Amino acid sequence: MAPRTAGHIDRRFAAEDATAALDAKPGSAERLDALWETPHTWLAWLTTVDHKALGIRYIVTACVFLVLGGLEAAVMRLQLARPEAHLLSPEAYNRLFTMHGTTMMFLFIQPVLSGFSFYLTPLLIGARELAFPRLNTFSYYVFLLAGVFLYAAFIIGQAPDAGWFNYTPLASLPFDTGHNIDFYAIGLLFLGVATTVGSINLVVTILRLRAPGMSLDRMPLFLWSSLTTSVAVIASMPALTVALLFLELERRWHFVFLDPRWGGTPLLWQHLFWVFGHPWVYIVFLPATGMLSMIIPVFSRRPMVGHNIVALATVATGLAGFGVWVHHMFVTGIPQVSVGFFSAGSMIVSIPSAVQIAAWFTTMWYGRVVFQTPMLFALGFILQFVIGGISGVMTAVVPFDWQAHDTYFVVAHLHYVLAGGSLFAMFAAIYYWFPKMTGRLLNERLGRVSFWVMFAGFNLAFFPMHIAGLLGMARRVYTYLPGLGLDGVNLASTIGAVVFIGGTVLTLVNLLQSLHHGAASGRDPWHANTLEWSIVSPPEPFNFAQIPIVSSREPLWDGGVAAGPTLDQGRFTLLTTPLDAHPDGVVELPGQNVWPLIISLTLLGLCTALLVRSPLGIAAGAVTSIIAAARWMWPVHLRTLETDA
Amino acid sequence: MTAVPIDDDAFLRIARTGRDTGWWAMACVCGTEASFFAYLITAYAYLATRAPTWPPPGIPRPSLLIPVIMTVTLVSSSVVMAAAERAIRRGDVRALRHRLALSLLLGVVFVGLLAAEWAGKVAEVLPQTHVYGSLFYVMTGMHGLHVLAGLLMIGYTLVRALRGHFSARGFGGVSVVALYWHFVDVVWLALFTTLYLTPRFT
Ligand code: HEM
Ligand SMILES: [Cu+2]
Repeated sequence: MAPRTAGHIDRRFAAEDATAALDAKPGSAERLDALWETPHTWLAWLTTVDHKALGIRYIVTACVFLVLGGLEAAVMRLQLARPEAHLLSPEAYNRLFTMHGTTMMFLFIQPVLSGFSFYLTPLLIGARELAFPRLNTFSYYVFLLAGVFLYAAFIIGQAPDAGWFNYTPLASLPFDTGHNIDFYAIGLLFLGVATTVGSINLVVTILRLRAPGMSLDRMPLFLWSSLTTSVAVIASMPALTVALLFLELERRWHFVFLDPRWGGTPLLWQHLFWVFGHPWVYIVFLPATGMLSMIIPVFSRRPMVGHNIVALATVATGLAGFGVWVHHMFVTGIPQVSVGFFSAGSMIVSIPSAVQIAAWFTTMWYGRVVFQTPMLFALGFILQFVIGGISGVMTAVVPFDWQAHDTYFVVAHLHYVLAGGSLFAMFAAIYYWFPKMTGRLLNERLGRVSFWVMFAGFNLAFFPMHIAGLLGMARRVYTYLPGLGLDGVNLASTIGAVVFIGGTVLTLVNLLQSLHHGAASGRDPWHANTLEWSIVSPPEPFNFAQIPIVSSREPLWDGGVAAGPTLDQGRFTLLTTPLDAHPDGVVELPGQNVWPLIISLTLLGLCTALLVRSPLGIAAGAVTSIIAAARWMWPVHLRTLETDA
Repeated sequence: MTAVPIDDDAFLRIARTGRDTGWWAMACVCGTEASFFAYLITAYAYLATRAPTWPPPGIPRPSLLIPVIMTVTLVSSSVVMAAAERAIRRGDVRALRHRLALSLLLGVVFVGLLAAEWAGKVAEVLPQTHVYGSLFYVMTGMHGLHVLAGLLMIGYTLVRALRGHFSARGFGGVSVVALYWHFVDVVWLALFTTLYLTPRFT
């Protein structure tokens, strides 16, 4: 394979005028503005359907939850810094690790990644909006309110305390009589609504709104991971729903599913939870790899090597994620045969990931790598992820898992994959797309310093946990005895955590400063290859003045983009066929109304009524939600296009 | 680059050949709901196969009379719904209204029969008695809720049909509801097999 670097750069500059050709025709920009801009009123701001505004709100809200989860982690680490500390009671520690895990998994990492999907998807595919703009408003508010609902538990002193996996019978009524678990169960059911409808929105958008010519094999890799994870959410989320339904029915009305006295078994909870929970791990990990596959080629100055194979590996990982949930249950006494089967399965799952990593390295090898901040974070991701992958394969070996299960070894493993993997990828994405979102560059120097501080802090925080685990330190214990050889490693971990948090604060400072004082970025500061960089930064409310027509995989590098129709007679975007993206008509997208916001509030009321067990409240919440939904969907005007409403 | 001059009118005139986005979204909804019921059925199978006898001692095998009538009602309602969609494809608004109304009526009968089925069942087993009872009420109850949601959607579509919202060129809303209603029907067939037929073969 010959390096094609130089040629690509030359052709890219030729493509500069190609993007200018996508600018508005005289007169149409005003018309499009009037159609797409969110009016400047408070109510309009609250109920906007603009996927760019909502995407950014998703990201910012998720980062607020990251701060909360980080504070919880910091307090836990302070408690664990020395043996027999008394900063926290055992009960408080239980609440903190539960809320930390729940926050990071449900309120931070998945929402932040889907926030990027909501922001980027229409820009990457040359569309003007998501397929269901109002549904996007709705899912944002449900996400926000579900988070508020979960955190309200702290205010009344009843935060969930049985771990983010919430095992029964620990979480069953006789052992946990307060409202703690009800907050968890109802809050997550509520949040599941947001996750599910958000995924459906993405699936339909990706399959039907791609610009003409963007056949599936020309689709950017981030969209492959977005699509795969969305489908995985659609198929796996219901397992959690069933589990939570069983749990609440048991706690509330004394149904039996999990209690052996009447024919149930707590193993049912574990099966259902991990049938959901293991795919969930990929749901938060695949978008991160998709981001890397966008960033690495740009900073290697050449197209991604093995584009199709990587797309295939993404889908394969998503599928395989469904088959290996039992590796979370090796110590529950299930039959040997299935233990062996799932152990092998878990190792096989690492193959597609290895393929992806190989493709990234080959791309860098044959390219000319530019080490700017997004690329540094991308490389940080790969390194942490490889370490996490190795400890993952170790725990897939059953006899080893019997030793390491529920020790700090597993805590180290999961943080290398989740915090090192997904979190670093998210930072890479923030540094990469911030100029598109704001029109300003981040401070490169501060970015690098932030990266190195985070990188050092991260490894100092989490690597010693492997050792603590192998020395026998159990996880989810609020303290440990002195003289077991654990004092040093724990102190190191705590110092590392503080350093790590300091590094993230540097990025936060960078973001806030650059928002107003950063240098103007122009359209395409990175000389990138995909459609979002062909338009001004930040994008106009209508994204593309003319719908692009795509004829290659790297449209901005080889001039594979032409100007298509203007469609400025209504809130139109183009509909195309799912596989080849042939034009298949025009759709009119609805503008904002207040009902998606209202229905999310009535659903919050419904959840609260469920929590306090008020039948009247439940009925009122259900009826008002139905009315709000009917009003939301009622067509305001009918056009004589093929659509109705 | 090759500047392809493309006029808007050409695009606005493209006749749609595929289903609209609403139908695709409903297909996804059915996908996630199908998973939900699949997990419920799997949980049932898992707990049933762990039990020494199923149904557990003291609980008779479920009788088939009412459930068979329920099945017939729901399947016919689904057939009527398909006819309603065919009608509006031809532009026959009157037939659309009649068939939606008939489909709605059959759905209501189904809910009535479910109530009768539950009334008979409480004499045999309660949700609190045994995991068998819990599973029975949850599975039929969750399906019942889906039927109610479907009835609301059919009623909504009927109101819109009465207001003249649909035509041979614009009937996306009808297709969406029809898809959901067929889905509810298929789920019932799966539940019927699981809850009423399989215990007869053990
Ligand atoms: C500032 C960085 C972080 C620190 C210092 C930290 C620290 C901790 C600590 C001390 C525990 C409790 C271990 C135990 O007692 O068993 C924990 C658990 C956990 N953390 Fe983190 N964490 C951090 C970031 C993250 C991130 C970014 C994620 C996910 C995206 C995450 C996910 C989890 C999960 C899932 C658990 C398990 C909770 C449970 O056992 O219920 N953490 N973390
Ligand atoms: Cu797993």
